[in-house]
Amino acid sequence: MAVVRYREALNQALREEMTRDERVFLMGEDIGVFNGAYKVTAGLLEEFGEARVRDTPISENTIVGMGVGAAMTGTRPVVELMTINFSLLAMDQIVNHAAHIRYMFGGQVAVPLVVRMPQGAGHQLGPTHSHSFEALYLHVPGLLVAVPSTPADAKGLLKSAIRDDNPVIFIEHEYLYGQRGDVPDADDGDHLVPFGRAAVRREGEDATIVGISRMALTAVRAAEALADQHDVSAEVIDPRTLRPLDLDTILASVRKTNRCVIVEEGWPHGGVGANLAALIQEQAFDWLDAPVGRVTGADVPMPYSKPLEQIAFPHEPQVVDAVLATLRDS
Amino acid sequence: MQLIRRFEERAGELYAKAKIGGFLHLAIGEEATIVGAARALRDTDYLISTYRSHGHAIARGTPPEAVMAELFGKQDGCSRGRGGSMHMFDLERRFMGGYGIVGGNLPIAAGFGLSAELLGTDDATLCMFGDGASNQGTFGETMNLAALWRLPVVFMVTNNQFGMGTALARHSAVTDLQRKGESFGVPGVRCDGMDVADTYRVVCDALKRAREERQPLLVEAVTYRFRGHSMADPEEYRTREQVAEWRKRDPIALWSRRLVEAGVLDEAAVEALDREAVAQVDEAVAFADASPFPAPESLYDDVYVLGDQVRGWYSVDERTPDVHRGEEERERGVHPSTREEYDQHAAGPHESGDAPRPADEAQDAGERAHDGERGG
Repeated sequence: MAVVRYREALNQALREEMTRDERVFLMGEDIGVFNGAYKVTAGLLEEFGEARVRDTPISENTIVGMGVGAAMTGTRPVVELMTINFSLLAMDQIVNHAAHIRYMFGGQVAVPLVVRMPQGAGHQLGPTHSHSFEALYLHVPGLLVAVPSTPADAKGLLKSAIRDDNPVIFIEHEYLYGQRGDVPDADDGDHLVPFGRAAVRREGEDATIVGISRMALTAVRAAEALADQHDVSAEVIDPRTLRPLDLDTILASVRKTNRCVIVEEGWPHGGVGANLAALIQEQAFDWLDAPVGRVTGADVPMPYSKPLEQIAFPHEPQVVDAVLATLRDS
Repeated sequence: MQLIRRFEERAGELYAKAKIGGFLHLAIGEEATIVGAARALRDTDYLISTYRSHGHAIARGTPPEAVMAELFGKQDGCSRGRGGSMHMFDLERRFMGGYGIVGGNLPIAAGFGLSAELLGTDDATLCMFGDGASNQGTFGETMNLAALWRLPVVFMVTNNQFGMGTALARHSAVTDLQRKGESFGVPGVRCDGMDVADTYRVVCDALKRAREERQPLLVEAVTYRFRGHSMADPEEYRTREQVAEWRKRDPIALWSRRLVEAGVLDEAAVEALDREAVAQVDEAVAFADASPFPAPESLYDDVYVLGDQVRGWYSVDERTPDVHRGEEERERGVHPSTREEYDQHAAGPHESGDAPRPADEAQDAGERAHDGERGG
């Protein structure tokens, strides 16, 4: 066990899986000589060589499509897209091909492809470089979707993603790359975090907060503020993967606390929270003492100007307010 | 070629009788391009094609029964009724699929080449697409990457003169399509796509270079489809005279005439081959008719590879008021109202056989084709 940054944890996962399985290889823009736009792939070119760490031209749709073809024919590609914003250029290959090929060809082939990419706002990158798109990929049957928020989960989920035979959309977060945390290293054995198992980040009795991606951290800080300043005990759940989704853990918590707020950085309409709120009210309506609350990114393209940008995605105070709203009149 | 011709003619008839749904794109006229190219491949090579690929599957060895059953949406179809006309697939014969998105198959073909490179095999890939696909972004992107990484892939543009209803000169600034890959480092060559021997020879040479020199090539096969883009094509974009002119170069007639002249076959043998093809198609239709529709319980099969992480389809739907985890997918069965809906469609015009396709439905299909569908 060692304290490492999120980006280093991802790097460990890639190194360990490439060492374990020769069929695993990496493709992406500037992942080799440049060491990756966010340095996740640092040092891997030297270690594994140009055949397995492949710098690509700027051709997102084709990079992902080549990953699909390679995955169909016996290798295990891990494609890095520099940011999730650029994945829109690869939407055809991700949705029409990676996600559908197994089904539309009657189960004859699998597509064991991982597409890694970071998302998120907060760095003044403006409308085209600040998206949060987990809801887009959550929408698509055939994909698995991971949204790790801690270094340990980043490592364990990426290793699981590479070993899985399904196409995985692996969503990292630009803000999280520098965050530190305890991460099991190779001496601790194989650190795998399975898909479909939520993590309870903090136990509580009065309300459930579900935080997605970076917002799992925001949710924990909000829960601490609720305890310190409002004597409210909030339980925080980080689903870690959205497909498959560990709805059981979320429902068990809601049945205990009778209140729920979902926090995400993406837009409100058709968002992760909208989906989850529907599932919760369908499955646990009788346990709810208040409407399911949502705290989301503002329903606008992300502005550049710093103060505007900062109010366009959720922070702790909005989460605290949303939780308190579920407790009013009780 | 004759088998593919007879197969597709019959498919067209069965579409009119509503035994086949969705879109049906026939390659009648393009048989020499398909067969000449497919026969140039080794068994271990990969072939990947477009939404006009009944013939490609058959040329690769997929039984016509499985292709027809797929058109009928039946369980024994080569994609188990999930894909339909546009999405034939046969892993065993390395026919790696028909793809419905124009240009969508090019990057995937390069991925097959990349696998061969990484795994150290000498399998080559033949990627066929239409002239319309040469205008997609994936065309340039894939040419560049294939040349840059020296992948063993032959790209073959089936130039049938039209991207759906738009003539080549109206959709491509460069109409000499064999040259369209040059600036990306992919040299081109042309073959007579109406001549099966010429196509075979050119594709053999291209595959040899791709395999041995790791030099991807672009082969332009000049051909023509005698029928519309799809069954819902009024063909207002070309003249009857033009079609008639191309029909004089019918690839099957050309080839059989040449074989007869060379003394390889006599007229009786040509007729016998045709009778054999018709009989095979009869068998394919009988097989497809007899094959059951996929069971309603199979709706969720093969969305995911199931295992420790993904135990099943995990959702909430009409089948149960509870959270639906999917491990028990098939055991859950089907909701009675779903069963009723399924039974109605399973017993519909597909079973009664002769019901003509309703005019308004054909009209709708035509409008869909004009609104949304593109092609080469």
